[in-house]
Amino acid sequence: MARVLINVPAKARRGEIIEIKTLISHPMESGFRTGTNGTMIPRDIITLFRCTHNGSEIFRAELSPAIAANPFISFFTVAAESGTLEFRWTGDNGFVQSETAELAVE
Amino acid sequence: MKLAHGFVVAGLVLASPAATVGEIPLGERHSGYELMTPELRAMQDDDAANPGMLSVLDGEALWNRADGASGKSCARCHGDATSSMRGVATRYPAVDAVHRRPIDLEQRVNVCRVEYQQAPPLAFESKELLALAAYLGHLSKGLPITIADGDETRPFIAAGREIFELRQGQLNLSCAQCHDDNWGQHLAGASIPQAHPTGYPLYRLEWQSLGSLRRRLRACMVGMRAEPYADVAPEIVDLELYLAWRARGLTLETPAVRP
Repeated sequence: MARVLINVPAKARRGEIIEIKTLISHPMESGFRTGTNGTMIPRDIITLFRCTHNGSEIFRAELSPAIAANPFISFFTVAAESGTLEFRWTGDNGFVQSETAELAVE
Repeated sequence: MKLAHGFVVAGLVLASPAATVGEIPLGERHSGYELMTPELRAMQDDDAANPGMLSVLDGEALWNRADGASGKSCARCHGDATSSMRGVATRYPAVDAVHRRPIDLEQRVNVCRVEYQQAPPLAFESKELLALAAYLGHLSKGLPITIADGDETRPFIAAGREIFELRQGQLNLSCAQCHDDNWGQHLAGASIPQAHPTGYPLYRLEWQSLGSLRRRLRACMVGMRAEPYADVAPEIVDLELYLAWRARGLTLETPAVRP
């Protein structure tokens, strides 16, 4: 299982613009490198990152082989209502990682 | 007889002011952090953006995990690391009473593993060993490096200094020529830092992973086209010890981020 760091403000005022930061451990092996024995190292990357708030999508990113290891994704959203943020990374070789964070809007 | 002579010479090197010409005055020393771009500094300073923090979390989990034939975790003996291990990383490499030689933090972890956990030692540069070293280093973040400067460590510091000032490799360079005499200048596009080991293990963007001081030294030596020291070579720990002593008083910033 991959190690994940998520930074969401614990509280926000209604209508406030907040920054959400995520960091996940992943090798992001591009598929273009050769190993020490000369054979290609197969591609192993995260292909999709998706964030939902109370079930509806608020941010999505498609990742490519040119993105460095341990992808850091930060984005802004408007704090509309309290609820649960769900973060989901999916990728090659059946990689799936899902985390949640609570957001309180007052 | 020969050995005793070696120690006298080592003592003279440390005591003589002539030998310290070129050494950076204490007040002018700073971490490589100061040479970084504002973006990279922000990356290091923000725990949510610093990729080294992923390994710190791994290290915390390993600290509390039972391992080896003894079934003990690190925490079983050392307790809550946030209080018991704070400041420990600032004292390494330190002279080990049994080996009567300096050992670095990674070696200390492995000594503990073999002797007390009865577990196989972790390989240098393995994810687990780096994670434990990063966790321990992070617990001392913000504290000054305090290498013991006594009769026990002095000969090894002197040996490390000798390696630091020794011209080697096909380019016939010494560490000191870059890091004492030309720090702040550029080597191709990269700034030459003063080479203070304040943030190891650190996350290097070029490596796209965490790496130890050994790895950094190996990369430097390959760059000088010199034969890198083996992981188990005592010279590499002497050099690490000299570098830590040279950086005495600077604060630890593990896990640092470097370009």
